Parts: sequence; structure tokens; C-alpha cells
Amino acid sequence: MSGSAAGWFNRRGWRDLIIGSPYLWLVLFFLLPFVIVIVMSFAKTATQSPPFAFLPDWPFIRFETYHRLFTSSLYIRAGIISVYNAAVATLLCLLLGYPMALAITRAGKSLQRLLIMLVVLPFWTSFLLRVYAWIGLMGKNSWFNKAITAAYNTFVPAAWELPGIQMMNTNFAVVLVMVYSYLPFMVLPLYANLEKLDGTLNEAAMDLGSRRWEVFRDITLPLSIPGIIAGGLLVFIPAMGELIIPSLVGNAGDPMIGRVIQQEFGQNRDWPMASAVAVALLFMLVVPLMLYNHFEAKAQAGAH
Amino acid sequence: MTAGESAPQQSDFIHIEGVTKSFGSFKAVDNVTLSISKGELFALLGGSGCGKTTLLRMLAGFETPTAGRIFIDGQDMAGVPAYERPVNMMFQSYALFPHMTVAKNVGYGLKHEDMTQVQREDRVREMLNLVQLSHLADRKPHQLSGGQRQRVALARSLAKLPKLLLLDEPLGALDKKLREHTQFEIANIQYKLGITFVVVTHDQEEAMTLASRIAVMDKGVIRQIGSPSDIYEHPNSRFVADFIGSANMVEAEVTKADGAGTEVLSPSLGHPILVASSGYTKGDKVTLAFRPEKVSISRKKPAAAKNVLKGTVQDFGYFGKDSLYRIKLPTGHVLSVNAVNAERAAAEQAVATWEDEVYLTIAPAAAMLFGAET
Amino acid sequence: MKQRSTFLFSVMAFGLAFLYVPILSMMFFSFNRSRLATVWGGFSTQWYGKLFSNSQVIDAALLSLRIALLSATLATILGTMAGLALARFRRFRGRALLSGLVTAPLIMPEVITGISSLLLFIMMAEWLGWPGQRGFTTITIAHITFSMTYVTVIVQSRLTAMDLSIEEAAMDLGSRPWQVLRDVTLPIISPAILSGWLLAFTISLDDVVITSFTTGPGYTTLPMLIWSKVKLGVTPDINALATVIVVVVAIGVAISAVILTRADKRRERDIQMAIAANK
Repeated sequence: MSGSAAGWFNRRGWRDLIIGSPYLWLVLFFLLPFVIVIVMSFAKTATQSPPFAFLPDWPFIRFETYHRLFTSSLYIRAGIISVYNAAVATLLCLLLGYPMALAITRAGKSLQRLLIMLVVLPFWTSFLLRVYAWIGLMGKNSWFNKAITAAYNTFVPAAWELPGIQMMNTNFAVVLVMVYSYLPFMVLPLYANLEKLDGTLNEAAMDLGSRRWEVFRDITLPLSIPGIIAGGLLVFIPAMGELIIPSLVGNAGDPMIGRVIQQEFGQNRDWPMASAVAVALLFMLVVPLMLYNHFEAKAQAGAH
Repeated sequence: MTAGESAPQQSDFIHIEGVTKSFGSFKAVDNVTLSISKGELFALLGGSGCGKTTLLRMLAGFETPTAGRIFIDGQDMAGVPAYERPVNMMFQSYALFPHMTVAKNVGYGLKHEDMTQVQREDRVREMLNLVQLSHLADRKPHQLSGGQRQRVALARSLAKLPKLLLLDEPLGALDKKLREHTQFEIANIQYKLGITFVVVTHDQEEAMTLASRIAVMDKGVIRQIGSPSDIYEHPNSRFVADFIGSANMVEAEVTKADGAGTEVLSPSLGHPILVASSGYTKGDKVTLAFRPEKVSISRKKPAAAKNVLKGTVQDFGYFGKDSLYRIKLPTGHVLSVNAVNAERAAAEQAVATWEDEVYLTIAPAAAMLFGAET
Repeated sequence: MKQRSTFLFSVMAFGLAFLYVPILSMMFFSFNRSRLATVWGGFSTQWYGKLFSNSQVIDAALLSLRIALLSATLATILGTMAGLALARFRRFRGRALLSGLVTAPLIMPEVITGISSLLLFIMMAEWLGWPGQRGFTTITIAHITFSMTYVTVIVQSRLTAMDLSIEEAAMDLGSRPWQVLRDVTLPIISPAILSGWLLAFTISLDDVVITSFTTGPGYTTLPMLIWSKVKLGVTPDINALATVIVVVVAIGVAISAVILTRADKRRERDIQMAIAANK
């Protein structure tokens, strides 16, 4: 390379190109749309296309949408259900994923690789199809539902027996399928964390008189808290904003926030309301994240 | 495995009997029998993969012997898990719990002891005093220097006052100055508490200064047990002579053996050498070994006629307190010789320099003979 | 010291059963003769025949592939640039904003990304007259935007872990910055770039929510087609389609695992031989 092109590259051009291109793209297609959503949440609906308008006079914006958001039981309920479902799914993922991650670290090297592959493999297949697979299992005619129903009926008194358990279109189904879909997100960071732990710490604790479960309680569990938090966030965040799972297997009477946003935007054509709910959802995600960052930064500062 | 070792006695505090540990077809420890008395500071010395760490881990209870038995204070350790043994270990990596303070680390093992809270706190304070770390009790391990961490690990492993303390390369991670200081500190603490210490190390200097007795291990087998001077001055094999310190070694044949000593001839040296050891007969093939510092070097021809070799200085290195010479003999063989720089002299006044003709004298008592290696 | 624990082993077995029973059940019923998707009516491969002769499915799959190939490639280029910028250029104006912009899409719920992208395209159409019709271009733009940040995260972490002195050595030997980038940095991080591309490709291929907001009439991707069918209930032809996808993915993952294992083993052997040769 010689001549002016190389000279241009060697000065600042190549640097500006590398920084500028992704920057411009993200500002244009990510930041700007989000600003539009925020602005939209202060508008009002109008019978025109696009269906919104701002006030003709100062201050042009209005807070009526947010007022409705915080007073209407529909939105508050959706918020509570979302937090509840996401929290329960995160907890169940942790209860199932932690022993799995621990089991993987205890396996031999080649078995470890196989087990991780088995945990990740469903993630690479289609998300929709994983939800779909559960729709097949949960229907009242399926072998799975029949088996569960039979098991249930053998344990309860005759008066409580059921012809088939209602699984589809319940909150239970939403949580179950979320656990199923997001389990790898819990197992992988936990595995990465547990794998890094120094095995001699366990030996040292045992040498000092601790039995296996005490070693787990005193050493492994406290040292894996970063992994638990990382896995928890990776499950909780997408679960909060989940749209597909509640609309396919959930109960329309107990909507999660994602579904409310879609309904306001689609059926109701209330774009300002959809935007306001979206802003609220984002706040519910950003606040715990910021707290986490804050405490992590504090812990980091303490460590050095 | 006979030198310096007698049959197990009643006073034997630790008795290891015919212990073997196999990993698949590999024998990490091969039929080791060993006794250690109460209050001893015993070192297991050997290169990496010699089985010393595996032996230590079997004492701690982290590995189960494939064959053989281990007794500690008369009690058979078979089936006793690590957490029930009267044994504590100081790990090579120290294995300090990163989420606990220094005091919590030291007190961790006491949770399982039958003590009151006050007694526990007293013990922790006492241990921290012992290693001079009382002022750092509330620090976390990552806020300590390497030497401080090492002392926390020591205090933690001593806190339960075990009958036996195992130390895995206790000084391995420290720099040279700190090592020398810490060696004496460990020996001091051992003396004060009277606890039996077993140290695993690959560093012969560390083993020599710390231990009262040393077992030299190689390929899962104990090659020699004895005091530091025993092992250095009277190695029982070519392997030990070469592993501990350094030695010039040449192949030789016994030419004369009578009351005056044994005379050997080595084609590498070209002159017959008289050796003050016995047990060989004429015609035996042997290895003649002598340590570099046990050879005297001079530019003048020495008065004694025996055991004198002539050579030229091929190379030399100046180390301050002493110098190492590489002397080339007329046969072409090169010997290493140490000379202490006892006088403060300018370089040109040193014992010898390049291309100088020098005379080497090997005292009959300093030369060692080894038969064919088994 | 590895310990065996029956508790851990049973949870692992339960977890794997939990992950695979639904998929295996779905695959099993794809060979069902009956129209009723979950009641066994005998063995048949008819649904596979119907699947491969269904031009709607084929067209949707091809559209998905075209979007995924294009968006993954552009996302990899942009994402790598952002990774380089954040990992190698310590100081530039707006660095904090850029690092925020590459993490935000990762936590942004898809619904919000979808709606905000749609609003942007509507506003742009209002003000600029473009895009007049939503479809291939708008879907691709939206996919690039949210998948490029995954590439950035992967590339950035690889660059941070990389030994800086290698690049300094190249510069010391006379390479100019862009030559260092071309000759040293990019070849070394190429595995990270490749896995970033694969992830972007998979995400694009799998996306429903953002696509459903940014698409226009006539542009139905495969996930959207499945979505519209699944809403109507379980049907055997979707079982067949799912089986095909699962088998293709499993083969792909298995092949890459074998390649990775071989590379690892070769490296280990090389290192051991090098050590042996040194002795």
C-alpha cells in the first residue's frame, strides 16, 4: 500500500472509520428510536395516521398516560404478574440449574464437554419450537398430561380426582416454559463460576474439620454468589419482558407486561400508552441492574 | 531403604507400612515404609512426580492408599475421613478462604471443636500472635502480601493444635530473602509447640535447613532416610549423591583393595585414586564421586604425591563468596571444582584464571564409591 | 478430589430429561399418521412429504436465510469495529455513550426494541418518504442493530484477554497501526469473530418478536410462519419441521464439537512434544 490511501489510513481516517460506523449505526437505529418512544409516551392518541398528536400549546406534552399507568389496575396487575412470574422462574432455574452446574464441574473433562453441549443444544434450536414442544405436552390429550393426571389422582382422595389437569393457558404454564427456555442461561454462568473455584479450598475446609455439606455452605456457596447473580439476571431480564411465551401458553386474564405493550400498540392503537408501558418496563429492569453495578463496583473497589 | 532406619518402635508416632498408591497403571507411591517420631521435623524431598505430595495427601486423608496401612499415634487411619483426622495441612497455594477475614480463616477449624466462643477468640488471638499478624486480623486475604498469607495459612493449620502438621512446599511461593527468614520462623514455631511436622519440598536447601531428618524420594520409592549431613556426606547411591548438591562422577574399576583403602582407576581421570572406603574387591565396576568443594585447587604442585590430578582452567565463574572452576584434564574430561574466596583479592590475584595450569587434590576420605545402580 | 454425589447425579439426570423429553416427544409425533398431533395413530412419514412440498414453508425458510446471512455479516463487521474501538482506543469523545449503546440492546426487551424500531421506520416514512414499504430492508436493519452488540461483546472480551505485547511487537518491527490490525490483531481474534457471526446468524434466524414489528406485507420469515401456525394449535407438519430443524442443529453442533475437540487435542499433543523435545 502506498500513496494517498495509505497516508489517509495511517492518519486518523481508519480510526475514525472504526469508531464512527458502529457509533452512527447505533445512534440512528437504537438510540433515536428509543428517544421516539420516550417522546411518544408524552403524546396523546388521535384519530389520524399515525395515531398520535401533541398538545397544540405549551408545554406540548402531557402526563395523562403516566397518570393512567399508575392508577389503572390493568397495568399495575400486569407489572406484578410479570415480576412474580419472572422471579419464580428465576428461582426455579436456580434450584435446578445450580446442582446441574455443580454436577458438571464434578464430571471428568470429556464428560464435562458433553454435558455442556447437551445443556446448550436446545438453545441453538428454535425458541418458538421449544415453546411449541410444551404446548404439545400440556394439552389435555397428550401422554404427558395424562401421566401427570394419573399420578395426581393416585395421591389425592377420590373427591378431588380430575379428568385432566388444566395446564395450558395458566400462569403455571408460563413459568414452566420460561424455566425450560432460560435454564441454559442459568447453568452456563454458574458453571463458569464454579469451575474457576479453587478445589484446594474445599480440601482445606475439610482438613479443618468440615463435612461435605458444611464445605458447601461455608465455601462453595458464598464464593459462587457472583455466578448466581449473573445467572439470575440473565434469566430474570428476558423473563420480565417475555412476549411469546405468555401469548402462546398464558392466560389472557393474567397478562404480562410484554403482552400489554403489544395489545396497546396493536388492537387499541394507543401508541402513547404502549410507549409509556415500555418505558416503565425498562425502568423495572434498569433499577436492579444499576443497584447490582453499584454494589459490584463497591466490591471491586474494596478488593483492590 | 536401610540406611538410618530401624524396625518400627513403640515411640513411632507415625508409622507408614507398605503403602502403595496407584493411579491406573502408574504407581505414584510404591511400597513405602516409614516411621516418624513425635516432635520431629521431617522432610520428604524429591523432584516433581516423585510421589512425595501423594504420600502427604494420604496422611491428610485426601487420597486412600491402594495397599498398606498408615498409623498416626497408634490409630489406624484406614476409613478415617480427612475431617476427622488429628492432622492439619498447610497447602502449597495456602488455600486461604478469599471471602473470610484473617481472623475468620484462622478460626474456621475451631467451629468444630468443643470450645466456648471466648476460648475460640483467645485461640485465634494466640495464633495470630504466634505468627505476628495480630494487627491484620480484619484484613481479607487479597489485602495481604505473599509472606503474610503464608503466615495466615500456617496459623490456620496450627489453630486446632493438631497432632501432626503437614506442610506442602511451605516456602515455595516466597522470594529468596523471605524464605531464609521464614525457614527459621517455622523451625522456631515447631520447637515452641512441639507438634510433629512433615514438610514436602523439592528444594534441598529448604529440607536441609528445616528438617531434623530427610527422606529422599524418587519414582514413588524412598531412596535414603537420614539426617541432613548423613544424606549429604554419606549418600547411599549415585542418585542421592547427584540429587543432593552436585558431584563429579566418573566410571572406574577397582584395581587394589586392602587395609589401606581401595584404589580405583578411571579412564576419565587417567590416574589411580585412593579411596578411604571398603567393601569392594578388585575388578569391581564402580562409580567414583566427589563433591566440587571437597577438591583443593592450587597453582603450585602439592607435596602429597597421591590423588593429585593436573589440568587447565577451561572456564570459571565468580559468585562472590566462592568461585566455580571447570578444569580440563589431559584425558579431555572436565571436572567442577569450588574454591572459597577467603581473601579479599583483585581478580588477577584469584586462585587461577583461564588457561592456567592447576593441580587438584582429592582427599581419600572425600571420595565416594557406588556400585552398579539397582 | 472429585466426589461422587447421588444427589447431584439425579438432579443432572432430571435436568437433562426436562430439557429433552419435550423435544423427543415432538420428534416422535412427527411420524404420527393421525392428524391429531398428540394421539398416536401409527407410523408415517407423510408430514415430511407435505412439508417439503409446501412452497409457503420453503419460501419462508429462504427469506429467513437471506436475512440471516446478510444481517449476520453486516452485524459482524459493525460489531467487530465497535469491539475494536472499545478495547483498543482508550480515549475518544463519547466513549461512555458507545459502551452504553452496545450493552443496552442486550438487556432491552424485544418488545420494546420491536416497537421502537417500528416507530422509527414510520417516522422516517413520514418525514423522509423512506422506507415506503416495510419488508426485507427494515427487518435486516433491525436484526443488525440488536445482533451486532452480541458480536461486540464477544470480540471485546477476546481483545481484552489478548496479550497487548504481540501488537506492540508488530509495531516495534515497523508495522503501521492498520497493518498491525490486518496482519496481527484480526487473524488472532478471527475465532471470536466467527463465533460472533454464528451467534448473530442464529439470533436472526430465530427472531419472531422484532421481525413481527418491522415486517411488511408479503414478507413472512420462517419463525413468523411457525408463530402463525402455532397460534392455531399443534399440528403434525410443525412437528416434522421441528424435527428437521433439531436434527440439522444437532449435526452442526456435533461437527463443531468434534472439530474443537480435535484442535484441542492436537494443541495439547504439540505442547507435550515441545516439552519432551526440550528435555
